[in-house]
Amino acid sequence: MTTTDMTPVTKGGEGPELNKRRRVYKPNTKYVPILATLFLLIVMYSSGVANYRNFDDPSVIVNLFRDNAVLLVVAVGMTFVILTGGIDLSVGAVISLTTILTATLLKADWPPLVVLPAVLLLGALIGAGQGAVIHFFKVEPFIATLAGLFLARGAALTINDESVPIRDDMWREISDYRIVLADGVVTKPIAIIAVLAVLVAAAVLAWTRFGRNVYAIGGNSDSALLMGLPVGRTKIAVYTLSGFCAALGGVLFSINSTSGWALQGNGMELDAIAACVIGGVLLTGGSGFVWGTLLGVLVTGLIRTIINFQGDLNAAWSRIIIGVLLFAFIVMQRLVTRKAK
Amino acid sequence: MGEQSPVLEMTGIRKVFPGVVALDGVDFRLFPGEVHALMGENGAGKSTLIKTLTGVYEIDGGEIKLGGVPVRISGPLQAQQAGVSTVYQEVNLCTNLSVAENIFIGREPRRFGKIQWGKMRRRAAELLARLDLDLDVSAPLSSYSLAIQQMVAIARAIDIEARVLILDEPTSSLDTAEVAQLFRIMRRLKESGVAILFVSHFLDQIYEISDRLTILRNGQLISEHRVEELTQVQLVEKMIGKELAALEDLEDKAQSNRERAAEAKPILEAKGLGRTGAIAPYNLTIHQGEVVGLAGLLGSGRTELARLLFGADKADSGELWVDGKKTTLRDPQAAMKHRIAFSSENRRTEGIIGELSVRENIILALQAARGWTRPIPRKKQDEIVDKYIKALQIRPADPERPVRNLSGGNQQKVLLARWLITEPRLLIIDEPTRGIDVGAKAEIQRLVAELSDGGMAVLFVSAELEEVLRLSHKIAVLRDRRLVEELENTADVDADRIMQTIASGATS
Repeated sequence: MTTTDMTPVTKGGEGPELNKRRRVYKPNTKYVPILATLFLLIVMYSSGVANYRNFDDPSVIVNLFRDNAVLLVVAVGMTFVILTGGIDLSVGAVISLTTILTATLLKADWPPLVVLPAVLLLGALIGAGQGAVIHFFKVEPFIATLAGLFLARGAALTINDESVPIRDDMWREISDYRIVLADGVVTKPIAIIAVLAVLVAAAVLAWTRFGRNVYAIGGNSDSALLMGLPVGRTKIAVYTLSGFCAALGGVLFSINSTSGWALQGNGMELDAIAACVIGGVLLTGGSGFVWGTLLGVLVTGLIRTIINFQGDLNAAWSRIIIGVLLFAFIVMQRLVTRKAK
Repeated sequence: MGEQSPVLEMTGIRKVFPGVVALDGVDFRLFPGEVHALMGENGAGKSTLIKTLTGVYEIDGGEIKLGGVPVRISGPLQAQQAGVSTVYQEVNLCTNLSVAENIFIGREPRRFGKIQWGKMRRRAAELLARLDLDLDVSAPLSSYSLAIQQMVAIARAIDIEARVLILDEPTSSLDTAEVAQLFRIMRRLKESGVAILFVSHFLDQIYEISDRLTILRNGQLISEHRVEELTQVQLVEKMIGKELAALEDLEDKAQSNRERAAEAKPILEAKGLGRTGAIAPYNLTIHQGEVVGLAGLLGSGRTELARLLFGADKADSGELWVDGKKTTLRDPQAAMKHRIAFSSENRRTEGIIGELSVRENIILALQAARGWTRPIPRKKQDEIVDKYIKALQIRPADPERPVRNLSGGNQQKVLLARWLITEPRLLIIDEPTRGIDVGAKAEIQRLVAELSDGGMAVLFVSAELEEVLRLSHKIAVLRDRRLVEELENTADVDADRIMQTIASGATS
């Protein structure tokens, strides 16, 4: 384009026409991954119903939430982190630390209403510390949270490397409590807490400035800064939230098993990341929904359920299938985002 | 305009980066209701000045006054709150978010902390309507063209009740109609009293839209003018600055070579070769033993042109012929197989490896050409390196010294040596003399002349017209990413003649 042949500016009329010409048709690709996951979930469930007796019992679905409550809570926190384009490898270790610390403090007769907020605060502080290191020292999230993983895991093992049972009344009561949803369909409080976490997270992401800033930073963190958004504060908040969710997951674990163990939740960070990815949360950040994460958790949970129903398959098969799914979904994400460009 | 007081006044602005004074006592003022162009070549300090104003950089000296009040701008948010909005060359928005969000993020209308999406979309549509834009505000920004994204960025900027609107090269990715629309918007904003700081490489655009202009060069203020006071040629002269340095005379070596070059075989021919957004399709033939000079302002597409010939970027139109055969250079290695060498303009980042010794740096390209499985024997290495250290007079003549300890000129010679030992038939050198002292400059020029005498073809890219004139048989002039003129370097061609072309684009 030479500028010498530039026509003089004409008044009006040109604007709308110009836009029509430049408007490129693209389907809204941001819903594609989550719809694919939903489709997959429906297919898996239907094939389960078709192949196994009693698979259509509503408790199969309800139990999914109960059995995967910890993973769900942790994956919700992970969703925020991944949406900013980061990653949090420390969550599994924070779960370990929380369970063993909870069990140890309760054994030492600390009041449960002190222990609960204390361990949750500790998780949040670990997250905040990692976030601060990532933001202020421009350390890669992978490295910073890997360090956090070692620290938390080491701390957990230092406290006690053996399983510590919990005999506290409050913990036992919550653990034994059953909520009747319908005739013959019961669930536990931990499932309710996990579902609440999803609802709150979805609302925060959709309707608050903090939530939208998370998306903006994941989309383009330099732009977000130049648009005057509080990038540093948001990043630190996101890791704080993830640490908090991990600690909450640890508490749920300790309630479920009425014990604490320093190797509890080992590798859970990878399950959480896998659930996010299968649920269509883009690892590069800026795209995805907490609903997708929920679907991702349900898919991984349903795989285990099907393997249980099958009966003659080794549990390792669930890992293999999750691995295959991960590959499939990452490739699909790549194709979808490439098309979007 | 004279009676009004400036909305923005910057005095004695100084900004130092490690080793470089980016801005040295620059004054700049901006009146309400004017479009003020900030002129200068790349590296003149335009971007730095803008970034001190938008809070990306903090100033090391001087004073910024907004509306007569001294201010300290410590970040983009503070700048926006003070009424300074910026639209950057690279659209700085989040393409994963919707159009409406991109306009309002950080200032979303809320009720009890909950974002009011409906209200936000409505207001976004209203705001865009004021700019003659009819977009689907809930569509992701990525579904729109770069030009529309730029308009959205402007919509965001003016919603922040901007007193000062900075447009940093907003037109570089727009076509003619889009530029016209942008200018219409700019005029409307101007009438409403917004002061606009406008940066563009396109001189015609500057003359069309601006009221006044300020010229920077090498981080220093050159002058401020009303646009009508200055012709385009005068402007270009002030931007480049005549550097008639005391270079040794090269005894018109170019003159004596010209005839031979005309008879020589073409080594490389570009036929309609181009790359969208980088360089418009161009024709260029380079003969054996010929020095072809590329002249043009920084950012006019010189490097982009050269990179296509080396396969460093992929052409998306046209053909490349090497030795009369149509060829596709998939990557630089393919070019090296044809014995085409490219010495980069960024000798620090793309060329020299500072930690390695002179010897290792020189041997690098040859070793790469041989493949890493066949190391060059140490004795042979020493032989080659000694020869070139002597031939190019690299100082200090110590092959084991880390290259980062050498001066810029000597680093450049090391880089040259690296390519020369691969015995190229065509050597592309991009800005070999930038930032080196006068003596070293002369030596490198002498070397280029000698290589050409020896039959090597050279594509010589330089910002300095005198240098291009002195060395080249043929000069290709670039302007606005287009090869606008190719001329034989005859006796009547001088710097003024080329500057005319650069300034006007005319091929008279």
